[in-house]
Amino acid sequence: MIAIKNLTKAYGDNVIFKDLSLTMADGEILVVVGPSGSGKTTFIKTLTGLEDASAGEIDLNGQAYQVGDSALAAKIGLIFQDFNLFPHLTVKKNLTLAPMTVKKMSEKEANQKADELLSTLGLTDQANLYPYQLSGGQKQRVGIARALAMDPQIIAYDEPTSGLDEKTTDQVSQVMLALKKAGVTQLVVTHDLPFADKVADTVFDFEKEVQR
Amino acid sequence: MKYFFEVLPSIASGLQMTLGVFFITIIGSIPLGILVSLAMRSPYFSVRWLVNGYIWLMRGTPLLLQLIFIYYGLSMVGISFSRFDAAAFAFIINYAAYLAEIFRGGLQAIPQGQFDAAQVLGLNKVQTFFKIILPQVIKIVVPSFGNEVVNLVKDTSLIYVIGLGDILRAGSIAASRDVSLVPYLIVGLMYLAMVAVVTIVLRRSEKRLSAWR
Repeated sequence: MIAIKNLTKAYGDNVIFKDLSLTMADGEILVVVGPSGSGKTTFIKTLTGLEDASAGEIDLNGQAYQVGDSALAAKIGLIFQDFNLFPHLTVKKNLTLAPMTVKKMSEKEANQKADELLSTLGLTDQANLYPYQLSGGQKQRVGIARALAMDPQIIAYDEPTSGLDEKTTDQVSQVMLALKKAGVTQLVVTHDLPFADKVADTVFDFEKEVQR
Repeated sequence: MKYFFEVLPSIASGLQMTLGVFFITIIGSIPLGILVSLAMRSPYFSVRWLVNGYIWLMRGTPLLLQLIFIYYGLSMVGISFSRFDAAAFAFIINYAAYLAEIFRGGLQAIPQGQFDAAQVLGLNKVQTFFKIILPQVIKIVVPSFGNEVVNLVKDTSLIYVIGLGDILRAGSIAASRDVSLVPYLIVGLMYLAMVAVVTIVLRRSEKRLSAWR
């Protein structure tokens, strides 16, 4: 279980959100919706340590972390809106880089894990391509696979369907539902309401339910 | 034609010096240039101020003057180098300044998202730099870096001013001794050959780097 407690972010006097508390059950998909500019992306960046929080604590399966703790950031995978794949590495090397560099996994082990993830996400044929050779939906899935390769306890998506067509959006929701079945806890930030309806267990309206 | 082959060996003897200065500058100025370009992005004003002053000094005065100053000028205040060390020192700090500007441009071209992606995957700053950022910067800077390398081939001829014997000096000696322009022709052909090699190497590396975008 994951509990976010009293998360607050302010730039000076400008409070983006305050005392934000949320809980997520294992394997749950929580979708945070709200219009552009409501602070959804800032929320996800604070959670993953890309932005400093003003205050807040996160409980991950009984262990408490201050927001911004690098040990916490390592347990949250993030799929970026514009993917941010590493252009100079093949798909497979995008997946093996962090496990080998950060977790000191052996190349053999990392490759094996990457192969499994690629096959789960239907990317086996793309393993040796570079990111520029992929379609938007494929890049999205590589981003998901890259995050999963680090065994995060939760994965977060920033606007996963922006820039994807309807068919690809459907594929993304299928991937997310498959991951949910596998027990992955997922947090999605989006303004795509039909997509939110499709995948959400719980919907959190960032505009109405947040204090400022 | 007979004279051409007679004088060739004496000029070629200067090749060792020309290539020596060339390679030591390449080896020394690349890492120094990278360090300086990183220092230019330092959060500390004093560090940025210092490196900008250094770059201004190096780019704002002629390399010839810097050579003279380092060899003759510094020896007057008790800091003396051998001729070759003085040349190596002057070339390295001069070229590092130009390369730093090139690397800085390359660094600025890397989107913030690359740094963010590395951070959320848990890479530290050093790992991010060497595994994510540097390979992308290299691809961006190869063309302008190549330009500097070509300049360097020809700039090595400036070392005559502190009395080092490179190919141009060997050529000049032969030309005035034999009252002939042929030695200068040979020197010109040698520079052209070196630049041709550099160009081929650079083209190859550009081609290899075009595997990804």
